[in-house]
Amino acid sequence: MFPAPFEYHRAGSVKEALSMLRQFGDDAKLLAGGHSLVPMMKMRLATPAHLIDIGSVRELSGIREEGGKIVIGAATTHAQVETSDLVRRKLGLLAECAALIGDVQVRNRGTLGGSLAHADPAADYPAAVLALDGEVSLESESGARTVKADDFFIDLMTTAAQPGEIVTAVRFTPPAPAAGYAYLKHRQPASGFALVGIAALVTLDGKGNFQSVRVGVTGLCAKAFRAKAVESALAGKGRDAIAQAAAHVTDGADALSDIHASSEFRSELARVYTRRALEQALARAKS
Amino acid sequence: MRVSLTVNGQRREDDIEPRTLLVHYLREVAGLTGTHVGCETSLCGACTVLMNGRAVKSCTTLAVQAEGAEITTVEGLARDGKFHPVQEGFWEEHGLQCGYCTPGMIMMATDLLSRNPDPSEAEIRAALEGNLCRCTGYQHIVNAVRYAANKMRAAKGA
Repeated sequence: MFPAPFEYHRAGSVKEALSMLRQFGDDAKLLAGGHSLVPMMKMRLATPAHLIDIGSVRELSGIREEGGKIVIGAATTHAQVETSDLVRRKLGLLAECAALIGDVQVRNRGTLGGSLAHADPAADYPAAVLALDGEVSLESESGARTVKADDFFIDLMTTAAQPGEIVTAVRFTPPAPAAGYAYLKHRQPASGFALVGIAALVTLDGKGNFQSVRVGVTGLCAKAFRAKAVESALAGKGRDAIAQAAAHVTDGADALSDIHASSEFRSELARVYTRRALEQALARAKS
Repeated sequence: MRVSLTVNGQRREDDIEPRTLLVHYLREVAGLTGTHVGCETSLCGACTVLMNGRAVKSCTTLAVQAEGAEITTVEGLARDGKFHPVQEGFWEEHGLQCGYCTPGMIMMATDLLSRNPDPSEAEIRAALEGNLCRCTGYQHIVNAVRYAANKMRAAKGA
C-alpha cells in the first residue's frame, strides 16, 4: 500500500513550517512521527498534496520544567514521555498512559502533539491530558496562544487548532504529590486502540474523602471529554459513592458503535472502567 | 527526491519518490529483502528495523523521514560470518516455524536487550507486543530472547 503522490518539504524550524503552511494552505498536512497520518495516507483516507515534515524541528521536541510547569514539546515521542524521570515523578498519569499506547515500535515514532492534533476518538493521550488539565500551545504566523484541553477537542478528528496553526507543546501543572491517578483502557485487540479509556486524577481531604476529581474519557464518543457528572457526584464523598458516580460517565453521551463494539457494550465498558480507574486512583492517593 | 542515510553501516544516497515507504526502500532500492512486508498497517511488526538504535515499523515510516538516520536491518546483525546472539538464540531455541515474523522479532528483541540486558519473561512479552507470530510459536521466541540475554551478559562479563 502506497500513499498517493505528494510533495515533501522538510521544515528546519517552526517559523519555516508556518511559512510553508501559509504557502500550501489546505493542500498541506504536517508530518511528525507519521503514525496517525501515514496509515491514513496509505488507506487513501488522506491525500495531501504537500507534506511538511516537522519531525526534525529541534525546538518542538523535549521535556522541560518552566516556572513550575512541565512543558512537553509536540514532537516528543510516546517513548520519551513514558521513560522521562521528570514525567514519571510529576505527571505519573501521563507516563502511565503513554506506556499503554500501541506497542514499542509505535511509541518510538508517535508524538504527543501529533496524537492530540489528530484527535482520533480512540487515542489514549486525550483522556490523560484532559484529566491533568493540560494546556495546548499553538503557534501561527500571527502569534501564539494556549487552549485548555477542555476546549481543544471539538469533534471527531477536529480540534480548536485553526488552519495555519501548529501545536508546539503541551503544558501541565503537576498535581499535588498526594494525588492518586490511574489510566485504564480496554484495548481493541488488533490495534491496541482504546475501545474505552478512562483517566482519573483525585485528591483527598483530611477525612479521606474526595476533594477534587477529574475524569477524562476516550473511545466512548466522537471526541474525548471530561466526565463532569461523575466528578460532581463524587465531591466530598468516599469510596462507597464510586460505583453510583461512575454510572454517570454515559450521561448524555452519544456512544460510538462499530464492528469492534456496539454503543451498548462501549457504554458498559465505560461505566466499569470508570469505576475501576476511580478505585485505583483512590487507593494510590494520600490524604 | 534525494535521500541519504546509513544502512547497516554503509552510507547510501538514492533518488526516490517521497511516498516510498522505508520498507520498500530497504527491499527494492537497497536490495535487502530480510525485512518483511506483513500487514502493511503497523500491526504485525514483520517490517521492524532499528532506526538510530530504536525499533520502528518501516511500513509506517517514509524513507525520507530516515534522512541522516542509521538503519539496521536483520542483515546487519551478524559479524564476521557469526550470528548475533539474538539470531543464535532463535536458532538454538527453535524460535521460528515459518520464519515470516522472524526478522521483525529479532530486531525488536535486539532493541529490548540494548535497553534491558536482563528482561523478565513478562518484559519480553510486553516488548514483543507489536510483533505477531501466526504460527503461534511465542513460547520458543521468548526462550530465544532469554538465551540471547544470557549469552550477551556472559560475553560482557567475560
